[in-house]
Amino acid sequence: MKVLCGIGGSDDSFRALERTVERAAVANDDLTVVVVENPDSSIAPEEVVDRAEAAVDAAGIDAEVRWVEGDPGSQLVDIAETEEFESIVLGGGQTSPMGKITIGPIAEFVLLNAKTSVTLVR
Amino acid sequence: MSDRRYPDAVADEFAPPPIEFTDREDRTVEIRSYEATEEGYESLVAMYDAFDPADRAQGIPPGGEKRIREWLDAILGDDCLNVIAWCGDDVAGHATLVPDDDAYELAIFVHQEYQRAGIGTHLIRGLLGHGQAEGVRKVWLTVERWNRAAVSLYKKIGFETSNAESFELEMGLRLNEDAE
Repeated sequence: MKVLCGIGGSDDSFRALERTVERAAVANDDLTVVVVENPDSSIAPEEVVDRAEAAVDAAGIDAEVRWVEGDPGSQLVDIAETEEFESIVLGGGQTSPMGKITIGPIAEFVLLNAKTSVTLVR
Repeated sequence: MSDRRYPDAVADEFAPPPIEFTDREDRTVEIRSYEATEEGYESLVAMYDAFDPADRAQGIPPGGEKRIREWLDAILGDDCLNVIAWCGDDVAGHATLVPDDDAYELAIFVHQEYQRAGIGTHLIRGLLGHGQAEGVRKVWLTVERWNRAAVSLYKKIGFETSNAESFELEMGLRLNEDAE
């Protein structure tokens, strides 16, 4: 399957990256990791790219890691449409001190606007 | 997330627990701050174990006794503030303040058999009274925007919406003046 994994540097996005890379190795997915600029993330995009490349290498798969600038949600939806991805994978939300899960604005935009199925990794 | 906004004005004074009242179903209910006894803890576990899954919000309370205990252990810590609504030996509801940087996150749960009887209002006021007495300055919460009963309860208490841009509304309340 042609899978797009969007990550911005939050903890849940790295969890999504890890699982998607593992899954791609088993299922032989055609995976592209797109690094977006998440304004809520404290990690610089360069470092997110490094971590994504390391994860891809460690899994021994052939996946492109791409850094895109601009509005994260609409970039992900646009890339998925123009490049005919079949699925988008994102982090499953942040957990508050109370244990409440909140879904960020990027995931919300993608969920509502994507034409493909969207997986939120818990 | 330390860029949360709070009202400029300090909220009303809330009476600290214990608070006894008769609910709208004529049941005697007492709000008390949580005492870490085994009986109290087990009663709380029992309330959450019987909690209607349809009343879960944003993943809490979790399902299953093991997860409930893990979650309770995290939010009943010494740095957290907890109050319980007791109806006899049964827990009717529970409200909690969990520290988060310079503020506290609030959550409140009322068991389905005790809902729509005015217990939630007493419970949250009791929790805020407890927090105010303990010197808590700022409280925030998130609530699913379709949960109108909860949103109107929080507004009535004095919470103001601080972020309305995502699935969940974020609301804030100032309990005590900031330290200068």
